[in-house]
Amino acid sequence: MSDLPRELALHKEEIEKIASNYGLDFYTTIFEIVDYDVMNQLASYGGFPTRYPHWSFGMEYERLSKSHHYGLSKIYEMVINNDPVVAYLMRGNSLMDQKLVMAHVYGHADFFKNNAYFGTTNRKAIDMMANHAVQIRRFVENIGAERVESFIDLCLTIDNLIDPRANFPVESAQEASAYDVDPSRLPVAKLKAKDYMEKYINPPEFLAEQRKKLLQEHEEKRKIPQRPVQDVLAFLIQYAPLENWEREVLSIIREEAYYFLPQAQTKIMNEGWASYWHSTIMTKHKLEDSEIVDYANSHAGTMSMAGGRFNPYKIGIELFRHIEERWDMGRFGTDYDNCENIAEKKAWNKETNLGRKKIFEVRKVYNDLMFIDEFLTPEFCQEHKLFTFALNPKSNEYEIASREFEKIKQQLLFQLTNRGSPFIFVVDGNYQNRGELYLWHRFEGAELKLATAKESLKTLFHCWRRPVHIQTQLQDQFKLLSFDGKELSEKNLPKEEAYTDGWGRETEVPD
Amino acid sequence: MYLKITTDHARFRNIIKGKVKKDLRKYISNAESLGVKGGRYISIPMPTIDLPHFEFGKNEQSGVGSGDGKEGDSVGQPEDGDGGGKAGNAAGTHIQEVDVTLEEMAEMLGEELGLPRIQPKGDKNILAQKSRYTSVHNLGPKSLLHFRRTYKEALKRQISMADYDPLDPSIIPQSRDFRYRSYKELPVENNSAVIIFMMDVSGSMGDEQKSIVRTQSFWIDTWLRSQYKGLETRFIVHDAVAHEVDRETFFSTRESGGTIISSAYVKALELIEREFPPEQWNVYLFHFSDGDNWSADDSKKCFELLEKKLLPVSNLFAYGQVESLYGSGQFYRDLTERFQASDSSSEKIVATRIPNREAIYDSIKEFLKKGL
Repeated sequence: MSDLPRELALHKEEIEKIASNYGLDFYTTIFEIVDYDVMNQLASYGGFPTRYPHWSFGMEYERLSKSHHYGLSKIYEMVINNDPVVAYLMRGNSLMDQKLVMAHVYGHADFFKNNAYFGTTNRKAIDMMANHAVQIRRFVENIGAERVESFIDLCLTIDNLIDPRANFPVESAQEASAYDVDPSRLPVAKLKAKDYMEKYINPPEFLAEQRKKLLQEHEEKRKIPQRPVQDVLAFLIQYAPLENWEREVLSIIREEAYYFLPQAQTKIMNEGWASYWHSTIMTKHKLEDSEIVDYANSHAGTMSMAGGRFNPYKIGIELFRHIEERWDMGRFGTDYDNCENIAEKKAWNKETNLGRKKIFEVRKVYNDLMFIDEFLTPEFCQEHKLFTFALNPKSNEYEIASREFEKIKQQLLFQLTNRGSPFIFVVDGNYQNRGELYLWHRFEGAELKLATAKESLKTLFHCWRRPVHIQTQLQDQFKLLSFDGKELSEKNLPKEEAYTDGWGRETEVPD
Repeated sequence: MYLKITTDHARFRNIIKGKVKKDLRKYISNAESLGVKGGRYISIPMPTIDLPHFEFGKNEQSGVGSGDGKEGDSVGQPEDGDGGGKAGNAAGTHIQEVDVTLEEMAEMLGEELGLPRIQPKGDKNILAQKSRYTSVHNLGPKSLLHFRRTYKEALKRQISMADYDPLDPSIIPQSRDFRYRSYKELPVENNSAVIIFMMDVSGSMGDEQKSIVRTQSFWIDTWLRSQYKGLETRFIVHDAVAHEVDRETFFSTRESGGTIISSAYVKALELIEREFPPEQWNVYLFHFSDGDNWSADDSKKCFELLEKKLLPVSNLFAYGQVESLYGSGQFYRDLTERFQASDSSSEKIVATRIPNREAIYDSIKEFLKKGL
């Protein structure tokens, strides 16, 4: 690890000062210079110097170093959400590129510290990863490399079964209460009545029915889980008959999945924000005249949407600018929305100058899903020529499907909802009273890929050690995929038997 | 900075090699579809290892992109890596190219087929000199100047003469500071071997047959190359007459006409006598034909030649009969009849029939299992 050369250190100091003056707020930021190979190695580890041993990092390294070798890709910047923030600069990049990357990194650093979704991430991530590595190496020594590796393989096939809302504390599914009493001793609610009116106002049949209901409710409370649980990993850790080391490995995988979760939830915003700031800092402060062309080239390369590619950097930065412009000119609120005079709307400028303030607020409380939902406008889609595409099975080519605003927005939201993964819940840990695990895929129009779903079922079986089921839907038909340890089966499920938001009972379903 | 990626990378390579090994039979039969890069690597296309997840299926292959075009215009194909505007949605399986060195391939081949290591005959004491540029001298040509060492020497000298100013760190080398790369002589063992491939190119050998020969020769070549440091290959084609040809011609010529197998054996014998004295060389003879010889007399002449001349000077004579639509396959029968297993001279003879691509695997095994 090398200290920054003097020249770069001076630039770093300046950029840091400029960023602070704009109101960016970040943890201490450290830059390290590494050569391309170390950069590729670090990138394979998600930026961390140490991760637990697993071949998948080696696979990533093979891919990265090959694509570097063939000149297909080059990693420009890498930054870790940690306190202090650690970022890497590629040795041999031009001074202009180094300045650009540094400015960009301060954008990320500010975002990490201030965006609400990062609020609960472990800020000692480098230590955390290193500790995980130590733990897993110890298991490798004591348990054997092969068993540990294949268990990690298994864990990684279900590492997306976490709850994306868990950045914010959710009430536990199984809450104990000091007021828990034997249900047969619970009083049934009665209306007040005179003795002689009692059997008319509180008919005994009705009371009996109420009592039955009460007992049934209590019975359901004993169900595991009480409500559908989206954090399947946590459920397994708590209830599956795992060996201790397995439980530990699964916890590690889960902890890391949650650490990386906000990065997936805010990709567009995070990159957009960092790009907005590198652009601002570079063009207003840090560019020499002689560097303009190179800068424009680098910036345009990062922002490129060539080949119809959806580029989160580009969409992010443009949306932030779009918001800034709207709030600078007062183009928001009921007055503006209700204005039906096109000419007036086009010339709308109330000189509110709230743009900067607004984008700082947006970077604090939004994630990508809300960001797109709230700020994507028809004008924006038109200006940036957005479209939706779909696979045409006949030609086996992607074809432009639509340029309608609603469709584009819907598609984007779909991709961003639950990180583009299906919603899967544990709904019963004691299915048919046989200790079998019942998962529910909440169907929202998109079907599961059955081949991989079956593989994942096998993983779950390994953890649960009893038959596992997942209920899903193909078009209108309910399906139940099951694995009993020997064979996979697939059967159609009549509508009455299928779990739909709570097997006939009323349950609040998280969205 | 020391990183642990080497371990993970090695583990990944092992997994890949395991996969290649598992499907070795398939890869062996279709070696032509594998790219051979620079004669050192084979690149094998295989699907990336994806850990299965609960994910959306094919009917959700859609996304958002940007650019010009009207509805219905194509924006790319699913299989290509990152074109086509895949905004976070996984498309079909990706293919990655895995490079495996020929040595690794030979090793797998050896392990899978259970091939014995070859005990080379010949004079191990014949040593050749080989020069490698591993040393540094203070004399040499400008083109071999070792800049860093020169700089170091100059720096040392300047510091020791108190001639170094850290604020103006210019280093000026003088003539005695100059260092040059230089070579060292290394003795190398010289177990030399030669493979002589012979192929029947008469009218009845079609493209498919030749392709089988090509594939099989490739693997034989790969295996023997892993066993010998200096391996020579020679090629002979024959119909009614035999010619020595280069590699390209060997695999691409198409001639027609009759078949006189003995012509090839005579040619091979000439070649051995001229260039490869048997006391120093391990000689391997491989002959591929569809087994239709011109006459029974010529076959007799062939066996005569084999027994008296060729077998005594060679390690192995292997005959592969590629079956074609028109061939009668008589030569194989005659050959196996003539050289019964009990015969001492037949120890060095292997004959196999290769009816189709799948048989290549077993044929190679048959050819090389004796470890001669």
